Amino acid sequence: METEVLIIGGGVTGTGIARDLALRGIPSIVVEKTDINAGASGGNHGLLHSGARYVSNDMHSAGECMEEGRILRDVAPQCIDDCGGMFVAVEGDDENYVADFPGFCEKNGLPCNPLSPEEARQLEPELSSRLIAAYQVEDGAIDPFMLSLENIAHAKKMGAKLFCHTRAVKFVMGARKIETVFLEDSRSGKIMTVHPQLVINAGGAWAGQIAAMAGASLTILCSMGTLLVSQSRICNGVINRLRPPADGDILVPGGTVSIIGTTSRRVDDPDDIVPTVAETDCIVSQGAGMIPVLEQVRYIRAYSGVRPLVGSAEGGSDDRNVSRGFTLVDHGKDGVDNFITITGGKLTTFRLMAEKTSDMACEKLGNKNPCVTRTEPLPSTMEGKWTEPGLAPRRWMAKPHGETDKILCECEMISEKTIDDIACELKKNNEIPDLLNIGKRSRLGKGPCQGAFCSVRVLAHMYDKGALSGNHGVDDIKAFLNERWKGQLPIFWGEQLIQAELTEAMHCGFFDLELAGDHESK
Amino acid sequence: MKANEMDPIKADLTIIGAGMAGLCAALFALEQGLSVVLAGKSGSIHFATGLMDLMGVYPPGHEWDEPFAAIDRVRSEEPGHPYASITNKEIDTALETVQRFLGDHGLPHGRAPGRNVDIITSMGTLKKSHMIPLSMWRGVKVLEKRCPTLLMDFTGLKIYSARQITSVLGESWQGLGDATVRFPGTEGKEEVYPEHLARSLDIYETREKLAGKILPLMKNAEAVGFPALLGMYKSCETVRSLEKMLGVTVFEIPTPPVSVPGIRLQEIFLKGLKQNDALLSLPEMVKRVESFSSGKFKITAGESGTLKRIESKGVILATGRFLGKGLRAERTGIRETLMDLPVIQPTKREKWHNPHLFDPRGHPINRAGLQVDGMFRPLTESSMPFAPGLFAAGSILAHCDWTRLKCGSGVAIATAHAAVRAFCKRYK
Ligand SMILES: Cc1cc2nc3c(=O)[nH]c(=O)nc-3n(C[C@H](O)[C@H](O)[C@H](O)COP(=O)(O)OP(=O)(O)OC[C@H]3O[C@@H](n4cnc5c(N)ncnc54)[C@H](O)[C@@H]3O)c2cc1C
Ligand SMILES: Cc1cc2nc3c(=O)[nH]c(=O)nc-3n(C[C@H](O)[C@H](O)[C@H](O)COP(=O)(O)OP(=O)(O)OC[C@H]3O[C@@H](n4cnc5c(N)ncnc54)[C@H](O)[C@@H]3O)c2cc1C
Repeated sequence: METEVLIIGGGVTGTGIARDLALRGIPSIVVEKTDINAGASGGNHGLLHSGARYVSNDMHSAGECMEEGRILRDVAPQCIDDCGGMFVAVEGDDENYVADFPGFCEKNGLPCNPLSPEEARQLEPELSSRLIAAYQVEDGAIDPFMLSLENIAHAKKMGAKLFCHTRAVKFVMGARKIETVFLEDSRSGKIMTVHPQLVINAGGAWAGQIAAMAGASLTILCSMGTLLVSQSRICNGVINRLRPPADGDILVPGGTVSIIGTTSRRVDDPDDIVPTVAETDCIVSQGAGMIPVLEQVRYIRAYSGVRPLVGSAEGGSDDRNVSRGFTLVDHGKDGVDNFITITGGKLTTFRLMAEKTSDMACEKLGNKNPCVTRTEPLPSTMEGKWTEPGLAPRRWMAKPHGETDKILCECEMISEKTIDDIACELKKNNEIPDLLNIGKRSRLGKGPCQGAFCSVRVLAHMYDKGALSGNHGVDDIKAFLNERWKGQLPIFWGEQLIQAELTEAMHCGFFDLELAGDHESK
Repeated sequence: MKANEMDPIKADLTIIGAGMAGLCAALFALEQGLSVVLAGKSGSIHFATGLMDLMGVYPPGHEWDEPFAAIDRVRSEEPGHPYASITNKEIDTALETVQRFLGDHGLPHGRAPGRNVDIITSMGTLKKSHMIPLSMWRGVKVLEKRCPTLLMDFTGLKIYSARQITSVLGESWQGLGDATVRFPGTEGKEEVYPEHLARSLDIYETREKLAGKILPLMKNAEAVGFPALLGMYKSCETVRSLEKMLGVTVFEIPTPPVSVPGIRLQEIFLKGLKQNDALLSLPEMVKRVESFSSGKFKITAGESGTLKRIESKGVILATGRFLGKGLRAERTGIRETLMDLPVIQPTKREKWHNPHLFDPRGHPINRAGLQVDGMFRPLTESSMPFAPGLFAAGSILAHCDWTRLKCGSGVAIATAHAAVRAFCKRYK
């Protein structure tokens, strides 16, 4: 295969670069070892930072966040819930930190509106009665799945190509350049080769491993963060704890649910991240300090992501204090002229990261076209839509009278027609329209039942349509439910444990799925 | 008997929980001539699939055709398993009693003494079970012979796909085909529900119309399989008349909950039990159980305002696990909900589950539950019976992961029998 630019990593950064380059007339190939947003882009909080979180220790990031937040609200409103946010402190929190906060905001030019505890509780009734301070800020919530899917869809329309389940495994080096890149299909093990003019490493926490393939050294430390999803939306806007970053101090709405986190733990391998019971308990009890109902609500999922920390961040301090700025490396300095690495940063600043990376790429390729993503709206396509909570039900409610359409996923109100649309998209991309793939493109199985019932209905439907055949469905439903299961392990208590028992009763007790097909359910 | 606010209801035995274990305990107790109060909703049995497994798999992954041989093995290797305190003869008697009772009341079940059978699930998987509704029993033979068979499906049915079953099983079963028709009277409906179709098939004319639609599709089929919705109150009659009209064997394939066979089971059980005047069935949930040194129990059920009080010599606790709400999982540990009885459980939450859902060994939490003595009496921390007349039966018992061993209903039935026997031995 030939291409001008090969982008490694299908997170928000890689897909953002593909779009930026395409808009400048440069087609690229994006390779992603797993699936879109399999890395940090799918394992984050979804907070569109106002910047206020960084005012005290990272003014540069604060400014970037503020500006990028405003741009994204203009160009990608479909991905954003402009819900606003608050910083709140409760009895016992560091009062000096609280007192300094408005001054820091002002110094950074960040809007920050003081509220009395009563006013704050009027806006957010679930806030603790032990509130001592509250400030309103311009936080928002952003759907990272929709963002990446829309980015890549737009890029593809302009000639970019995406290969999921394709891992860059080896570089063959020439004189001061990467000559050939070996790509491995992670499912079949088949190897392909590409001869790109330029390679962009957008591998997030994996960027160090990728750079090493070119003999370039880039030290990346991995800091894992865990988040919990509640069954319903607890607060209207974002709630941040007004204290130096710590565990369980941010609550972000995600459509019909809320997400509480995070934690910070150093890990060696970005592929080996499992949320633990201890982290879960810590988030719940810390979060309950500002929002007491967090002790009682039903959680439906726990997940984790890895923040890449560039350079040696030794010294034992909290990883959260390392700058959230991004790192852009021209590997010309390592003797490889056609190789760029972009890592670190934030979801909020992904566009800026893509812009700076594309600027560097264009300079290397001799392309003079300027970046237009600051003003060019991100088109709203069908691809990203079904990840938005609440959209599938709206579509079902709005169906023309007399049209027949059944709800297949009752928790998330996903109808047969929606599933068919997603299946159709998948087929166009040469992917099998099975539960695993549909689940990645929609909210299927993301509600309280975590797939126990909808998996059976959707599978039945896909067989009826002739979209699946043979034994595939048995392995597929096992893999799909196991995926859901892994994300609930640390939050199995109360209602969600009852659900777990029902899932097992049905799928093991009755269907005997643990005895079916390959016993390997990894 | 009548329930009254003021005077407590008096009975020999109070059974708390009307799932499979509670219903069977009531049946066995009435057979012993006891007066019985059965308290609790029986909604959980709606989840039952109609299959009554005895013992199918042990150790993990090893399937058995002879359930009693499997039970012998469990007894020798897992002395804590509820079957370990019951003889095979008693288990068999208990099953036979339930089989006879259900048959007498219009829901006959098939069972080959000492044998498990293979049956098709709606997933397309094959599963071993022991005692199954006659409507499904016919499918056992069909599966054995793998004769030319047509699986029927109905437009708008969400939880079932005949095509899925034929796709999954097709490779090893030539002559297995499927077809979808509109169920008579559901024209224009986007969605149809198994319960409605089942009730509709209780009517003869529906069967005629349905058979009329199926006949042209039969080709050389020697059997026709349906999702489990062939009649609600008249399932036997429905199967028989469809067989006559189609001229071939007709059978049902069990479907996931809420299932028609589960509803049939509940209705038949309650109807049959209520024919006996010695039973009082209260739909209320029990709120409190007090035991007195005299050996008596005072039980309070229902909501304030309509509280029911019961006095009895013995209590059988058959409140199930988490789904039944006999157990509750808190962030800090597992509790028994009614009397806070000690619950055997893994040392910490990290150990409740294994990383993979489909681990053939099951999950440690599935073995959590009440520790009982040889007479099925829950024990305190010091290994003494909590109260001499308090017994426990069913899935609330510890040391049994029924989802993996395939012994759910079997354990419920057998332990109900054993608990009633233990009560009688003490008080009769
Ligand atoms: C717990 C947590 C919470 C966060 N919360 C927020 C927040 O609220 N707001 C915010 O703005 N930011 C947040 N962030 C930061 C944000 O998620 C990341 O900055 C952003 O997602 C990084 O995107 P990326 O594309 O650079 O990296 P990633 O999304 O990690 O993408 C890298 C991709 O490269 C792929 N890959 C790796 N190696 C190879 C290979 N050899 N071949 C092919 N593909 C490969 C990986 O599979 C992965 O998909 C959070 C991060 C974490 C961890
Ligand atoms: C999805 C599913 C599939 C199944 N498939 C099979 C199968 O294929 N084969 C098989 O053999 N078995 C199957 N089973 C049945 C399983 O074996 C039963 O759960 C088992 O028989 C346990 O019965 P039980 O009566 O002990 O508990 P439960 O059925 O849980 O009944 C407990 C009852 O107690 C009541 N209760 C709780 N607390 C109180 C209170 N305080 N006062 C009054 N009442 C109370 C509850 O309301 C409930 O009705 C399945 C079950 C499920 C859920």
